[in-house]
Amino acid sequence: MFALVDCNNFYASCERVFRPELRGKPIVVLSNNDGCVIARSNEAKKFGIPMGAAAYQYEKTFTDNNIYVFSSNYALYGDMSARVMAILASLAPEIEVYSIDEAFLKFEGCDYINLQEYGEMIVKKVTRATGIPISVGIANTKALSKVANKVAKKFPEKTGSNYLIDSDEKRIKALKWLPIEDVWGIGRRHAKRLMALGIKNAYQFTQLPDQWVRKNMSVVGLRLKHELEGKPRLDMETAKAKQNIATTRSFDKNYTEYDHLRERITTFSVTCAEKLRRQKSSCNALLIFLHTNGFRSDLPQYSRNIVMKLPFPTNSSIEIAKFAVEGLSLIFKQGYQYKKAGVIVMDITPEETNQISMFENTNPKHKVLMDVMDRLNGAIGQKKVKLASQALDRTWKMKQERLSPRYTTRLSEIITINA
Amino acid sequence: MQTLNTHNIHPLALFSVSTETKLSRPFIDQGISAGFPSPAQDFIDLSIDLNKELIKHPSSTFFGRVKGSSMKDAGINNGDLLIVDKSINPTDGKIAVCFIDGEFTVKRLKVEKDCCWLVPENESYEPIRVTAENDFIVWGIVIYVIKAL
Repeated sequence: MFALVDCNNFYASCERVFRPELRGKPIVVLSNNDGCVIARSNEAKKFGIPMGAAAYQYEKTFTDNNIYVFSSNYALYGDMSARVMAILASLAPEIEVYSIDEAFLKFEGCDYINLQEYGEMIVKKVTRATGIPISVGIANTKALSKVANKVAKKFPEKTGSNYLIDSDEKRIKALKWLPIEDVWGIGRRHAKRLMALGIKNAYQFTQLPDQWVRKNMSVVGLRLKHELEGKPRLDMETAKAKQNIATTRSFDKNYTEYDHLRERITTFSVTCAEKLRRQKSSCNALLIFLHTNGFRSDLPQYSRNIVMKLPFPTNSSIEIAKFAVEGLSLIFKQGYQYKKAGVIVMDITPEETNQISMFENTNPKHKVLMDVMDRLNGAIGQKKVKLASQALDRTWKMKQERLSPRYTTRLSEIITINA
Repeated sequence: MQTLNTHNIHPLALFSVSTETKLSRPFIDQGISAGFPSPAQDFIDLSIDLNKELIKHPSSTFFGRVKGSSMKDAGINNGDLLIVDKSINPTDGKIAVCFIDGEFTVKRLKVEKDCCWLVPENESYEPIRVTAENDFIVWGIVIYVIKAL
């Protein structure tokens, strides 16, 4: 049996743990640079703010309706997510962390436990321990556990935020209830196509002939159909090291100078290298891109990218920044106003399989240096140890005007308790 | 039975050593001698880790800073650091961090049949009676107080 555990309105819930007065109040959370809406509490959804809405277009909606607006506080969300996942891991023999706020649990050889009660216990335990409300869906396939989770989430009072599909009757009832566009793994394109054929819910989808699904939706679609029929086709996936890591940003204003962009590209490279080191990987290639603001048709437009193949795998901030800046110098053109740039590290290999190359290799001293940099930055917090080519002042700080305190990761920002 | 086909083996394969993980062990400087070993050697221990000693449930443990003196007789003073565990049951007599009407407060819980009291530990403060009218939750239970002397 599989359980899909999902945190309800995760980002908003994290904010509420430390601001309990915001329970029941509408909350939205904005993306990096406060650009657009990336999370909404149920109360905020009612005001018709779509996911991804540009924040500035909804300022009036926010103020008129007393909607609480937060910049994304990833230090907080990441820490709260780790807490939830750690508790879940202690409650099941196997866990697959599926996203920051979702995980699959697998119960194998646990036939003796009452899963209905066990699900209730999971809900209670996680919510009590972390303050984050969750929903649990349990079924014998991963896709059905997703369906069960949707039922739990939609009917929290009736289900106690926990729903178990353990009979064909319950399975069919849930599938008939679930609109086709909400089925896990069915993209918008397929949903549209199926709806045009009169397939409105998940149950109707399972009634299609296997051959049709296979032909029109490939083996992936067929696997999903079988999963929804209660035939397990998907198993737990173990965490894989990411295959691409990107650091890209829109600038708060347009940049025309090469030096500005060089600083940005260096900082993006350092961030990518840190991410590589965290997952103990190295990269063998980089992609560097930059472009002007496509919405400003009054300005001359330019957009370019370049792939730099590295002579050896590396995760040194210094090496990656060096090659990235070399790439930038090849694609940068004077006379344009640049709005966005980024570095993507590619062709990622595990750190320890680095080949021993006779002639060219990453400087082995960098490994020690990077280790020290990572530890210093970890201890000080705000990335104080930088490469000299990075800006030292805070001109480049992300726009985070409505950031809440890092209640769980900085001693100076913990809650105040009156006595 | 499988036989080894030597022709398929690459003439020279180089592998680097995995340095992915680290494990520090205590260093025991005893040398190797044939004499009687130190009787302390079997008792080498890792040093005391307060995180491990004080925090039994890291996933549900949070910190808070005290402001005020209503709990001074319980040894909780202004500026102290509270270690709070959200997973512990709020029962009668425990010192709890509560959220009441818009603010966090630390008090001793007194649970009665049909109501609950937040009892200060300082005679110049009055107990607070919690009723249905209050916006109230028990946020967590105080397990340790850390103070600078």
